[in-house]
Formats: sequence, structure tokens, C-alpha cells
Amino acid sequence: MIETSGLRKSFRARKGTVDAVRGVDLKVREGEIFGFLGPNGAGKTTTLRMLATLIVPDGGEATIAGADLRRNPGEVRRRIGYVAQGLSTWDTVTAREELVLQARLYGIAKSRARELAARAIGSFQLTEFADRKCQTYSGGQRRRVDVALGIIHEPKVVFLDEPTTGLDPQSRAHMWDEVRRLRGEGMTVFITTHYLEEADALCDRVAIMDHGEIVTEGTPDDLKREVAGDVVTVGVNGAAPRAAQLLGDQPYVRQLETTEDGLRLYVDTGATAIPHILRTLDGAGVGLASIELHRPSLDDVFLTKTGRSLREE
Amino acid sequence: MKFLRDTWLIFQRQMMLVLRNPVWLIVGVIQPLYYLLLFGPLLKPALKPMGATTDAQVYQIFVPGVLVMLAIFGTFFVGFALIAELRAGVIERSRVTPVSRLALLLGRSLRDVVSLLVQCVIITLLSIPFGLKVQLGNVLLAYLLLGLIALMLSALSYGIALKLRSEDALAPLLNTVGQPILLLSGILLPLMYAPGWLKGISKWNPFSWAVDAARALFDGHPGDASVWKALLILGVLTVAAVTWAARSFARSIR
Repeated sequence: MIETSGLRKSFRARKGTVDAVRGVDLKVREGEIFGFLGPNGAGKTTTLRMLATLIVPDGGEATIAGADLRRNPGEVRRRIGYVAQGLSTWDTVTAREELVLQARLYGIAKSRARELAARAIGSFQLTEFADRKCQTYSGGQRRRVDVALGIIHEPKVVFLDEPTTGLDPQSRAHMWDEVRRLRGEGMTVFITTHYLEEADALCDRVAIMDHGEIVTEGTPDDLKREVAGDVVTVGVNGAAPRAAQLLGDQPYVRQLETTEDGLRLYVDTGATAIPHILRTLDGAGVGLASIELHRPSLDDVFLTKTGRSLREE
Repeated sequence: MKFLRDTWLIFQRQMMLVLRNPVWLIVGVIQPLYYLLLFGPLLKPALKPMGATTDAQVYQIFVPGVLVMLAIFGTFFVGFALIAELRAGVIERSRVTPVSRLALLLGRSLRDVVSLLVQCVIITLLSIPFGLKVQLGNVLLAYLLLGLIALMLSALSYGIALKLRSEDALAPLLNTVGQPILLLSGILLPLMYAPGWLKGISKWNPFSWAVDAARALFDGHPGDASVWKALLILGVLTVAAVTWAARSFARSIR
């Protein structure tokens, strides 16, 4: 449904040029929720805006819903929906008015536009407030209207740029339901996020982006499986450097990261490693505040691929 | 066809917003009213050399000037609204649709022209009790002139707003350009008192031609040379301004 190769974009900044996106190769299949995960400034939004015809790539090719991005951006525009990171509604009009106008901007006739607006209001559960002015909505309600606006013309692909950023947990869960419903209706959803839980829970496949490049790509489960073994987190109350020194050389530790209040150890088998860890630390007189064993998360994937934690933002 | 339909869609939406909150339309009428009530009477001695001896004759000369002033200041600052729309994400949302880029500009500019003409009609009607007399044909021609000014300046204002994208940069720029245009147009005091060099400069101000033409029309002389000259000058400038703004819309909104 989406195929890109070597997509790149640099911006001129005060201090020379910034390579925002440096060659992105992607393949998004029809009917999947594809997640673009990465820290702020990784180039997610720039990539999305290129795919949505809003900025011209410096190089590379892309085909979206069968239309060529470079040669026929107008056709791409007709086949996709795009929901920007910021808001998109005007304070003093109602959601219904916005929906009807948006449909009409896509060239849809008035009566049909009204039908589509009514349908979107029903399926996105906007009925309660759709005829009130947008300035009276809550953050979550307004975001749902943004997404409804993005798909009003029934596109094949929809790009959602951080649709849940800034929402409370309940609104976020609600948004996830909406996104799954869109997939259920046969739409391909391309979503960016910097929330790991979101990528994990919502996306069929994930690409992790960092410094303008795709670091790795796959289903959340595959990616986590790549980080073989278990993760042990150790809390040592400020003695992290000492503990790192002690445990760094141990043969059962595959990789080690220092965190705020302790260590994160990647080991083959947690059950056998933990007694060793305890013994080593105890023998050196390092007091243990906590020890935890868990399966790798997408953050661990990010950490092993980039050497940084996504949570440290 | 698509272009006309798109322009109509944008115009309709923009007009709806004006009607829903007509405060600015009303504020726009109040300001020239101040000039008519509080400044007009001061002009009587100053306008004597132009043949104005009664209050009615003063308004005959002053009202067309006030209308040109309204056209300039009523439309030159519309760029602020565009910046607000950029910030609210409304423009971005239009960008992802196949809507005509020229329609995004013209729909808004036509809203400005229509609002201005409504204001001009109100001011003209309110001036009748002061003794203003003008023929319908002539006043319509004057409105055409005012409409051209409005279209030109609103397109220009949108084009500049799109380049600057910040109220803080837009306000000083528009003021710096707007003030000399007003002073050099002979609206507040006729330029016949001006020293030669000032008159010379004002000849290069298209709005001083517009003021002369509007006065000739209100005075019942549609055949005056200033009328066709002003229409020609403003017509050309309007086409240039709209072309420039349309290009910058097409480029930066793509």
C-alpha cells in the first residue's frame, strides 16, 4: 500500500543543513496499522509530511495507494487522508460544519458530504457535541474530530501524526479503538508515536526511527524476540557505577545499561542470572534496593539498537 | 469549474464566520464615522480653496476620501486572520485536499471585498443626512474602484502574512507601509497645500489617484481623466498583487 525507497529530506538551518530524513525504505501492507516509533526530532513527522505531499522530498521514490508521489502528488492527495500533529479545527464553527466543508474540499457534492459527515459523527461518537462550537470540546473530543476530518473522504490510507499525544489515558484508549475500527473497515493506518505502549498494543508492524534513519522494522513481537533473553533491572541507590564495574565483566551479562537509579542487564536466562547478580553485589558490599525480571519491551529494542532509552526524553 | 466551485466554498465559509461574529464589520464602520463626525467639521476652512463653503460641500469632498481610507485600512490588515488560521491548523487541513490553491486565496479576498463594500454602503447612506448628494451610476463606479483597492490590498496582505508567519513581524511592516500611503493620498488634507516635492511624491502613490477619482465621481464627473487613470492604475496593480499572492500561496501551501 505504501512503498518508499531512499526517501530523504534536509532543511537549511542557521547552522548549515540538517539532514532530517536520510534515506527511508519502507513497505506498508494493505489493511495494517503501521507504527513509526522514535524520539522527538527523529524525522517521523518529516517522513509523514513527505508521504502526505506536504513537502517535496530531496530524493528517493514512493508509491502510495498505487500513485507515484513524485510524478503524481495530486492523485496521492486524493487517495490518502492526513491528520497533522496539531489541531485542525476552527474555534467558532461546529464539528459538523467542519466535516461537511472538508468533504466538499475533496470535491464531494453537498448532499453526499452531509451524509458522510453524519456517518462520521455516528462512528466517531461525536453526536453529543457535533453541533456545538469546537472551542467547547475537550482535548480528546477535538482530537477525534481531527481524525474524523482526516478520513471523511474514505481514503485508502490514512496518516496519523501522534494522534494520542497529550491525551489522558481514557481518551487514548478511546482513540486506539477508533484506529482499530478504521483498520476493520479496510483502511491502512500509518501512525507515528513516541509512546512504546502504544506501538506495542496498537500496531501490527513497527519501524523504529532515530536520527533520520530506520533502525529496525518488524512486528512488535519479532522485534522483542530479537533482543534475546531476559531483562533484569537492578536498583542500587547511587552505587550504579560501582555495580556496573562489578557486573560488566560477568559472562552471563550480554549487555548492560546504566539508568537513573541502577542498571539494566540483558541476560540469556533471568532465573540463573539473578542468583549470580545477587552474590556478586553482596560480595562487594553493594546494597540492593530492588531487583526485577521482565521480558524485553520495545524500549529494550530501542535501547539495544541506539544505545539510548526512549523514556529518557 | 472546479476553481470557481472551490472559491465559492472558501468564500461561503469565510462569509459565514464574518456573519457569525460581525463585530469587526461594525468596528470598521465606526472608525470612518469618527472621521466624519469629529474631523470633517475641521476641514471647512481648509477646503475653501477647493470651492467648499457649506457643510454639505465639505462632505462631498471628504466622504470619498474617507471611503478610500476605509478601503485601505479595512483590508490591509487581513493577513492577521490568515496567521491565526495557520496557527489553528485550518490551512494545513485544506492543504492535504485537492482544493485549488488560488481558491484558498481568492475565497478569502472576495470575503474582504464584500465586507468592505457593505461598510462603504453604510457610510455612504449615513452621509446623506449630512448633505451628501451623489448619482447611483457614479457611486457604483466609485465602489468598483474601492473593490479593486480591497482586492489588491487583501491579496497583498495574505501574501505577506504567508511569508512572515508571525503577527510580531506583520504589524510593524504593515504600519510602516500603510501610514505614508495614507498621508500621501490627500485624504485628510488636500495635497494642494503640499510643497512641490511632496506633491511630486504623491503622484507616485496610486491611492492619491484613487482619491482624486473618487472625488470626481462623487462630484458628478465620471468623464474626468482621473477616473479612467485610477481604474487603469489600480486594475494593473490588482492583477499584479493577486498574481504575486497566488504564486506564494501555490508555492508555500503547495
